[in-house]
Amino acid sequence: MKPPPEKFARALKALAFVVCLGPAFVLLWKGFHNLLGANPIDVITRTTGKWTLTFLLITLSVTPVRRITGMAWLIRFRRMLGLYAFFYGSLHLMTYVWLDKFFDVHDMLHDIAKRRFITAGLTAWTLMLPLALTSTAGWIRRLGGKRWQKLHRLIYLSAAAGVVHFIWLVKADLRRPLTYGTVLAMLLAFRLITWLRTRLRPRPAAVQQPLGT
Amino acid sequence: MLIKKPSDIASSEITPKPAYLSRRKFITGAAAAGTALAGGLYLRNHTDGGTTVHAGGAKLSGIVKSPLSTTEKPNSFQDITNYNNYYEFSTDKYEPNGLAKDFRTRPWTVAIDGLVKKPKKLDIDTILKLAPLEERIYRHRCVEGWSMVIPWVGFPLSALIKQAEPLSSAKFVAFQTVLAPDQMPNQRSSGVLNWPYVESLRLDEAMHPLAIMAVGLYDEVLPNVDGAPLRLVVPWKYGFKGIKAIVKISFTDAMPPTTWNIMAPNEYGFYSNVNPQKDHPRWSQASERRIGEFRKRPTLMFNGYADQVGSLYAGLDLQKNF
Repeated sequence: MKPPPEKFARALKALAFVVCLGPAFVLLWKGFHNLLGANPIDVITRTTGKWTLTFLLITLSVTPVRRITGMAWLIRFRRMLGLYAFFYGSLHLMTYVWLDKFFDVHDMLHDIAKRRFITAGLTAWTLMLPLALTSTAGWIRRLGGKRWQKLHRLIYLSAAAGVVHFIWLVKADLRRPLTYGTVLAMLLAFRLITWLRTRLRPRPAAVQQPLGT
Repeated sequence: MLIKKPSDIASSEITPKPAYLSRRKFITGAAAAGTALAGGLYLRNHTDGGTTVHAGGAKLSGIVKSPLSTTEKPNSFQDITNYNNYYEFSTDKYEPNGLAKDFRTRPWTVAIDGLVKKPKKLDIDTILKLAPLEERIYRHRCVEGWSMVIPWVGFPLSALIKQAEPLSSAKFVAFQTVLAPDQMPNQRSSGVLNWPYVESLRLDEAMHPLAIMAVGLYDEVLPNVDGAPLRLVVPWKYGFKGIKAIVKISFTDAMPPTTWNIMAPNEYGFYSNVNPQKDHPRWSQASERRIGEFRKRPTLMFNGYADQVGSLYAGLDLQKNF
């Protein structure tokens, strides 16, 4: 498929940047207008959590969509989408640390040790941190493409930890977290199938070096 | 009267065309911004915790105040009816209000059976006249770590129990919510909870003067979202013990099953007394966020009703019997 004109791609990226800010903006607007309901901290926690997982899944769907549609240029959106996942994840963590626990370190440590859904959530965020830090072109160069790619496979673990975090925090009715889980499973299955196909495909025979030369 | 001739107006006073055109733009913009602001304020006034925005429920009459009420400031009608767990309708706390709007509370009968001398079927309108209605302003502590102050209207559960004359062999009271899958969306899907919702109290807990059957809120008929037409309120226990839309009350000698205990026995015990020392696997129970407050406050033993109900549990290991 032919890539779109450069100008169009740039405009599309700028538009995507603004659209991705939408959920944060809506939250801010509602907060400012007192529209967050009886328990604003709960709403902020849930909304930022939902968008973190959503952006993780959107980021993970870039590669499959590229492969299936042939729109290779979509790769240009991946870093931004991934960073948005980190952005919402950080807002989510900040809501917990600041608004919910009010920097009570003792209470938070107790929570992390005692409540497995907190442990899973913190794991998911921590796994995103090195990815966000090494998301620049400079870091890709420094690490080398191969190693960088290997490191960035941590996103699979992070997304899985995120889904587990959601499953473990729900009291009853697993439909919503399992929806995220199903989408993630499909996205990971796509990669597994691609990987298996490249492994099973007969490789072109290596040039045999005659022995004893 | 002096009428200025055109020549009297200094040319410096005449607004240049570009200036007044841009001023028009500015005014249009300002008007738009003003409209947006007014809209925002309108929404704010109509959603912000005002106790004036009621569901239009019928007023209840002859309500007497109770010395058992707390003097703490009740939460707004708006917050109480829009932030609420009612899993039969939705697992979201904001949705039940809308989903329960058309729930039918008439005709409604409550069956009383089991180990009683007089099993009976009571019509809800008969139940409403069983005892004088009292206002009971109670603290409400949800197991999820939030709390409210709610001005219930109701009567002591003991008044209803006495009607049935329990046998001496009766040790527990079991309650059951209506099964109405045509009206309660989540009752149509599996994987939420086992329906119908069931709850239970020990008979001596049920006879305690603090335990009430609520039929109203803020002097009005109980809104559907809060468990109309009849719900249990046990203020020293976590909120989920307060079973809603009751259709059946049975007296037994063995400890009856309770819905959340069936769902997760390690998380929800039979008693489910508010206990800051008994940690929950999901939420710290040491503190709570009172709806409307920013910082958390410490949770009190038996939700602050220890003086009244502590004796019910004398000698009972509350870590094991949570």
